[in-house]
Amino acid sequence: TAAAKPFYDLLVIGGGSGGLACAKEAAQFGRKVAVLDYVEPSPQGTKWGLGGTCVNVGCIPKKLMHQAALLGSALKDAQHYGWNIAQPVHHTWSLMAQAVQNYVKSLNWGHRVQLQDKKVKYFNMKGSFSDPYTIRGLTKAGKETVVTAENIVIATGGRPKYPTHIAGALEYGITSDDLFWLKKSPGKTLVVGASYVSLECAGFLTGIGLDTTVMMRSIPLRGFDQQMASLVTEHMESYGTKFLKRCFPTKVEKLESNRLQVTWKNTDLGTEETDSFDTVMWAVGRAPDTEALNLEAVGVKTNSETGKIVVDASEATSVPHIYAIGDITEGRPELTPTAIAAGKLLAQRLFGQSSELMDYDNVPTTVFTPLEYGCVGLSEEMADLGALQFHLIQLHALSLNVLRKDLYVMYCFQVVCLREREQRILGLHFIGPNAGEVIQGFALGIKCGATYPQLMKTIGIHPTCAEEITKLHITKRSGLDATVTGC
Amino acid sequence: MTVWLFLCKSFIITKLKEAAKYEKKVMVLDFVTPTPLGNSWGLGGTCVNVGCIPKKLMHQAALLGQALEDSRKFGWQFTEEVKHNWMTMTESVQNYIGSLNWGYRVALREKKVTYENAYGEFVGPHTVKATNKRGVEKLYTAERFLIATGERPRYLGIPGDKEYCISSDDLFSLPYCPGKTLVVGASYVALECAGFLAGLGLDVTVMVRSILLRGFDQDIANKIGEYMEGHGINFIREFVPIKVEQIEEGTPGRLKVIAKSTKGNQIIEGEYNTVLLAIGRDSCTRKIGLDKVGVQINEKTGKIPVNDEEQTNVPYIYAVGDILQDKLELTPVAIQAGRLLVQRLYAGATSKCDYVNVPTTVFTPLEYGACGYSEETAVEKFGEENIEVYHSHFWPLEWTVPSRDNNKCYAKIICNIQDNERVIGFHVLGPNAGEVTQGFAAAIKCGMTKEQLDSTIGIHPVCAEVCV
Repeated sequence: TAAAKPFYDLLVIGGGSGGLACAKEAAQFGRKVAVLDYVEPSPQGTKWGLGGTCVNVGCIPKKLMHQAALLGSALKDAQHYGWNIAQPVHHTWSLMAQAVQNYVKSLNWGHRVQLQDKKVKYFNMKGSFSDPYTIRGLTKAGKETVVTAENIVIATGGRPKYPTHIAGALEYGITSDDLFWLKKSPGKTLVVGASYVSLECAGFLTGIGLDTTVMMRSIPLRGFDQQMASLVTEHMESYGTKFLKRCFPTKVEKLESNRLQVTWKNTDLGTEETDSFDTVMWAVGRAPDTEALNLEAVGVKTNSETGKIVVDASEATSVPHIYAIGDITEGRPELTPTAIAAGKLLAQRLFGQSSELMDYDNVPTTVFTPLEYGCVGLSEEMADLGALQFHLIQLHALSLNVLRKDLYVMYCFQVVCLREREQRILGLHFIGPNAGEVIQGFALGIKCGATYPQLMKTIGIHPTCAEEITKLHITKRSGLDATVTGC
Repeated sequence: MTVWLFLCKSFIITKLKEAAKYEKKVMVLDFVTPTPLGNSWGLGGTCVNVGCIPKKLMHQAALLGQALEDSRKFGWQFTEEVKHNWMTMTESVQNYIGSLNWGYRVALREKKVTYENAYGEFVGPHTVKATNKRGVEKLYTAERFLIATGERPRYLGIPGDKEYCISSDDLFSLPYCPGKTLVVGASYVALECAGFLAGLGLDVTVMVRSILLRGFDQDIANKIGEYMEGHGINFIREFVPIKVEQIEEGTPGRLKVIAKSTKGNQIIEGEYNTVLLAIGRDSCTRKIGLDKVGVQINEKTGKIPVNDEEQTNVPYIYAVGDILQDKLELTPVAIQAGRLLVQRLYAGATSKCDYVNVPTTVFTPLEYGACGYSEETAVEKFGEENIEVYHSHFWPLEWTVPSRDNNKCYAKIICNIQDNERVIGFHVLGPNAGEVTQGFAAAIKCGMTKEQLDSTIGIHPVCAEVCV
């Protein structure tokens, strides 16, 4: 225990989505709050400013680059709508990267200003525990500062994993930490992994005209509705992304040309194959950033398998007065909005006399692949697992991109609802453009306990994609063709 | 004896298929009286031919123009000079509409619905006369009738209007670029058309008699107007045209428009290639023999009052769509009403069309999605002290890199304090407003409250998350 009274009411370790939200909320209650943020450079040397993963190497640059790719498609569409664009049209990586990086830097700056405005003290230091109320902060230059606080929130997030058992992986490969900060085009790229990070990145790289391959060991988007996941990858294939399915890499070597030679095993054919790429990006999962924290010194329990910090429903760890939120916590979705909400509610409970706990149910999300996938609630597999008697209602809309005869895209809308009684909706899935915009409001409906009849009573807005959701009526069980064409 | 006779100028294919599903003998009469300039179109009604569909496609063309400019900031490189070709776009749009017309013909055939391209009018109880293009008349009888004749654009009633002006009925198939255009009106039709014409690079002026988007939330209507003005569309406020003259013939020609102030005696003149009238729509109910069967209509507006089962004062005659009194002029409403009507009559269902909290979207350059009460009507109904308005500006992430329009997008929700802060109005001004609004409309139908809204997690990064 601290000899004197701890200096801060709240110390947050980690200036990302969750950490900053928690700190700012606590400051609203007139408390003395401090934030420690530090970015350990990636193995390739990439680092960034205040704001965490989302702002610097996640959601924000990802969506902007996804937008760049979508605009490439828009350029092709535009000609069918009468716009005369002289060919050739090409994309310059450095123009895009600079624009994105500049925007991210403006956000870093914006966060610094916000903390200042809210009188939150900011330390650009790496923190580790000395005791339950004391944190030892270390600057880049090695200068040490001791900070004490009554309550501590750990929000250090995660970092991409490297498959260090593969020769050359660490030396020659990059991750999403590096991709968004590259000054030069990644060129011909191999993305290893089947996560949404892998597919989203491969998606936009293809969209801006780069030769892109995805290598997957088994299924895409584990944990998501698998029928939807296949529609996503099928579209990517027709869109130009190459897939090496049921393959895993065995080594990465550097060639004289500076290209990378990757060798892999094809588990289906039992063969070994090889090819060369300009860039190899690992997207094989993320690991919690707990190493530097010295959690053992204070006894904060972590999950033995994942390494994530174990918390209860109030975000409390095994040590009183120490809490954890965001990607670092076990069993929570790795999403910015949930981290922010959890952080705010935690601050309100600690300092604002609230008792409201975070509700992690029915959190909507969107995968920003070239054909976007938005969902909320249960997938077909989860409903099956729960032994629930449910209806799966689907609609496939063909080619809503009506003026382009060369482009046949299958959009898909799916509702999972209970069979019994009032047919409460358990899950909603949408594959198509602007999936996030479509799903958001419906997520709210599900929070209100929406039923299938209520959905059917809602009049559609015409002409939109979202309106198809209010018309869903063909069950998978019926076996009828769920494809519609035209208006 | 035919059971059902539909008088259509609007598209209600789903209803026809619905009735035919129950093995009733169904016939549809559809006829398009050509516009003053001689324009006509195929089966499907306003939405398909001269409404929602071509409108959204041309709006999309305009949005793509903007996307082209944005794309440069995202690293795409191509020639500086990019021009739009009206004919290429219009041809594509008309081809698509043609495929829809064809699709409906096929669908009706498949469902064994008899279709006649003829003008229907009542001549006596249970009897309709159908006159085709060549003037050949036939009589048909039916057990029940559904009137769904929709509306057509109104003209000003000034010298030169029918001879020289066009309406939305002509715009989407115009065989030449409209050039410098004057849009008369402040309806969503006027603003949507003005919006996409400007987005395609044309010089556009909008002449407004009084307020914009009457009936919509005025706070938002003004923001829409400001946005359009900020993007190069000229507005002439508080003037009405009194005469249109032709200076020169051509495709397009040159027209002189003389307008008078609504506030005094000031007269102004302007020269345009095209004048588009979008001052309102009139129901097609005056010349279909309703007096012969005793169907009451509102003499002033021409609209038909119905009960909550879409039945007119004559028990065997029903009506749906734009011609209904006090109902919304929207395709999905018409479709829903028609489908439920048939299910009630033949499938023993009891569901009535729910006309409350119908969401809609105005596809102006800055799109506007709404569901429920506007701020004014909420204040009027519940009292200012009993409602709480939550609002926020936002900047779509996609607009940051091209440095577009910071703080122009806007969202607001109106809550009824006395009813657990139930959300009674939802308004969003921003890209993909329709996609955003649809889900919130479903939630409003579930009676969502502000608390539920607050506890819903946002999807990041999308525009819609600003609403939760």
